[in-house]
Amino acid sequence: MKILANTPLAAGLALAGLIALAFVLPDWALFLLTIALAKGLVSLGIITQMRAGLVSFGQGLFFGLGAYVAGLMAHFTGVTDIFLLTVLAVLVTGIVGVVFGPLLSNYRGIFFAMLSLSLSMILYGTLSKMTSLGGTDGLNVAAPTFVGYEPEARALSLSLYLYTVVIVVIAGTAMRIFFDSQQGMISLAIRSNELRVEYLGASVRRAHTQNYIISAILGGMGGVITALAIGHVDPESSIFWTISGEFVFVAILAGYLSIPSVFAASIILELVRSFSNLYFPNTWQLALGIFLLIVILTLPNGLGSLVDRRRA
Amino acid sequence: MDLLLVILVDGLIYGAWLFIVSVGLTLVFGVLGILNLAHGSLYAMGAYMTASAVGLYFGAGGDAVPLGSYAVMILAAAVVALLVTPVLERGLLRHFYHRDEVIGVLVTYGVFLILEDVIKLIWGVEPLFVYEPYDLLGLVEWGPLFYVAYDFLVIGAAIVVGLAVWAFLNKTRRGKVVLAVIHDREMSQTMGVNVDRVFMLAFGAGVFLAALGGALTAPMISVSPGIGVNVIIVAFAVIIIGGLGSIEGAAIGAVLVGIARAASVHLMPEIELFIIYFVMAVVLVFRPEGLFVKTQTRKI
Amino acid sequence: MTFRLGLLAKTLASSALALGIAGAAQAESFKVGIVTFLSGGAAESFGVPAWNGGKLLVEKLNKGEMPAPYDQVGFGGLTIEPVVIDEAGGATKQVQEFRNLVQRENVDAVLGYVSSGDCLAVPPVAEELKAFLILYDCGTPRVFEEASYNYVFRTAAHAAMDNISLAKYMTSRGINVGSFAGVNQDYAWGQDSWADFVASMGHLQPSAEQKTALFPKIFAGQYGTEISAVMREKPDVLHSSLWGGDLQAFMLQATARGLHKRMQVALAAGDHVIPQLGQKMPDGIILGARGMNGLAAKAKGGPLIDALWDEYEAAYGTFPVQAPFRMWQGLLGLKSAVEKAMAANGGKKPSAEELAAAMKGLTWEAPSGTITMALGGGHQAIQPNAIGTTKWDEAAGKMTLVDIEYYGAECVNPPDGVKAVEWIKAGFPGAKC
Repeated sequence: MKILANTPLAAGLALAGLIALAFVLPDWALFLLTIALAKGLVSLGIITQMRAGLVSFGQGLFFGLGAYVAGLMAHFTGVTDIFLLTVLAVLVTGIVGVVFGPLLSNYRGIFFAMLSLSLSMILYGTLSKMTSLGGTDGLNVAAPTFVGYEPEARALSLSLYLYTVVIVVIAGTAMRIFFDSQQGMISLAIRSNELRVEYLGASVRRAHTQNYIISAILGGMGGVITALAIGHVDPESSIFWTISGEFVFVAILAGYLSIPSVFAASIILELVRSFSNLYFPNTWQLALGIFLLIVILTLPNGLGSLVDRRRA
Repeated sequence: MDLLLVILVDGLIYGAWLFIVSVGLTLVFGVLGILNLAHGSLYAMGAYMTASAVGLYFGAGGDAVPLGSYAVMILAAAVVALLVTPVLERGLLRHFYHRDEVIGVLVTYGVFLILEDVIKLIWGVEPLFVYEPYDLLGLVEWGPLFYVAYDFLVIGAAIVVGLAVWAFLNKTRRGKVVLAVIHDREMSQTMGVNVDRVFMLAFGAGVFLAALGGALTAPMISVSPGIGVNVIIVAFAVIIIGGLGSIEGAAIGAVLVGIARAASVHLMPEIELFIIYFVMAVVLVFRPEGLFVKTQTRKI
Repeated sequence: MTFRLGLLAKTLASSALALGIAGAAQAESFKVGIVTFLSGGAAESFGVPAWNGGKLLVEKLNKGEMPAPYDQVGFGGLTIEPVVIDEAGGATKQVQEFRNLVQRENVDAVLGYVSSGDCLAVPPVAEELKAFLILYDCGTPRVFEEASYNYVFRTAAHAAMDNISLAKYMTSRGINVGSFAGVNQDYAWGQDSWADFVASMGHLQPSAEQKTALFPKIFAGQYGTEISAVMREKPDVLHSSLWGGDLQAFMLQATARGLHKRMQVALAAGDHVIPQLGQKMPDGIILGARGMNGLAAKAKGGPLIDALWDEYEAAYGTFPVQAPFRMWQGLLGLKSAVEKAMAANGGKKPSAEELAAAMKGLTWEAPSGTITMALGGGHQAIQPNAIGTTKWDEAAGKMTLVDIEYYGAECVNPPDGVKAVEWIKAGFPGAKC
């Protein structure tokens, strides 16, 4: 309960800190942060499910859907308003989540991981085939507008960054409140023993479905922002299994104990990737792999365990 | 009728290959509980090792006994297993046996990234070729088609591998110990089974089978960077369809996917890209844990 | 005291001088971001040979060892300083890395991209950052047909000409195509190549019947089923735009089963697997090299070929195939643009605007022939093409190309403002052959 009391304060501090960063960081770092925070939203969705013991290897499904909402709307209708696109992405991924959530709530462990993976790969295959939607090469996404405001260059990166920060802080705060609510706590109970939860009268399937839908929506928001920032969507960069794998990596790196650590982990991954690609162009995979192993070995409960000593 | 036969033969050839590349994966999962994403990289190492070894063999006068190259291929796979198993299993994986399955997947994802570059550092990016074993057995003419006899050798190899693994597990004492560990790790340990040893053996067998898959494939492809990536995905699909940890399941899954793919290429080429995921999704919807998984008791 | 003060002043002055020189030395380099595949399936066939060729050329340029008109050191006296990045990882990652190259590494120009997905994704960012970008390899016509850019140029012809030339070659060599089938990878490159070839055949040999079109997954490696399907259908010609490891595996498996004896095999971009396949590439295969590159360029000869061919062969143990040629024409185009811009601005290092103005509509000589920025409002190159037939030279112990036919750039590329697909469908109006 102490945490809950502090949540608004923590959120306020995070918001102020992230906004302040916008005025000190160079352009490339601002962009990296935008992408990292947006992708962090997707991993936050994985955390939501991880608290109940499920890990999805197919979050690219929702990330990709969100990204394609931005791409297709810009391409076919010319809609570029970021608020409208975000709402649309939330609707689309929410509906898909409602459809698949109950089905997937029957699956556990590796089967849940693999079935979610195969769903994402079916979307990948379908979009790769549809040349009218850009096929494997994908589509370019027009720069976003903000209710009529059409920024360019630095103003654009800045607006996009601030928009991402606001979304991230709102989503993070909301998730903290949800995690600490009675419904959210059920997830932790399911993680330790789902049969007991059933016997106590709570519905495990309902909790899983709920978490699935939430993670779908978070994935969609991450996708729409990333697509607008990058300016391009294609199946390989947004839906392929390696992308889903990265989201899981960030979630594991962060652990499910602390929400800010999800975004911190996402930023760390982007930084490591970017610099290893520059300094070891021939062996950046090796560097990334070693980094990954070190993290898993030294931080069994993720980054979050450094700040939050509670154990589930 | 003719078409059906062609589909069946093509499907069996591809299915046999699928089985060899996926049986090691399902074995390792069954015993160690780790879904090894680096399986594809081990397959690639087998292919590279074979390319180097068979190249050396023919360079050193192996032309006199060309059939000896098949023994060299098996030997190459064994060398990969002997070199890799101690490092990976003893050095790394054993730290994760008590952790979540998903952590295991992630650790092996890291290994996969590392091995991709390690292979590049050892063998470079220039492709290697060892087509001698592929041409050695000649052709089989059949109606309008020719098949390479080697394709049928792969089918034979798949049958031998499948039977050998099955017979080991079910007909030998040591195999039954492995089955006991699969069934209940803790109980076996209390009964005096050296679980560490079983794990290392099983992982070593998995690496050998992955490398053998690469070794058998090397003669018909260009051995070059990135050949392992695609293999992981199809191997996963096969063992998920069959049921994780089930040898029979991997065999049925491989044949099912092989024939489904052959049918799609001959009849509906448009759907080839997702036929494998389609089969997987359909099987999982009706059999959530794959075709061949025994129901497990849930622990309260 | 005076002496020591004098010494101090001298030291200060000399260190200032040293600093000044250092500053000047830094200003005298031209930093180029190079983005190409160093890992993954496209590394061995495109990325690595391309940069092998690029490295060789950059070294020679920095020493001033190239023949005229490229005999000036570096780019107009500026030392070329490459920053190499791996293209593997998808378009999203490449957009991020491009931003990093421009904003963090402060490169003066970026030259890169083999994958057409990357070539579509990166240009809008170059435009936003006002950064000078050369696309050197990718083939999709969509880049300049769907959008227009100020700072983006492509120094290689797009892929339409590969398949147009292939169809023209078969017609002019008198190969009567009763029916044809295709094996192409299931992604944009394979789909576009097949569509272009089908449309071209529709005009040149309208009676040819189109049989099965197979699209195996990229990096599939196993083509047994596809080969059975094609052999069962017995087409006269098999068209394929496979490349790299896929093409090598396909040729190994197909030739073992005698596919090439039962039909004419035509490969849109097949030259680059010749060095590796050697004798495993059978005689009588019709193939192109996405331009007058590799063996076809060697057959034509010229001072630029003489300057690079033997050294490349000596350094890397194999002759240069298409990829290094495209890297060379990109780098030489960049050099021409830099030097033209410097002639106009009084010898300063040119800005992105000045580079773009110089590059627009530029014509220059490359080992692969004369390159002209003729399409997309002066942003998209056209170049001559060549198609040949393989023949093993027993005496020399190497593969050669015979019956090479050369096609002028304006014969196999559409005029400016016309989309490639529409141009083919209209029957190549205005082609200058």
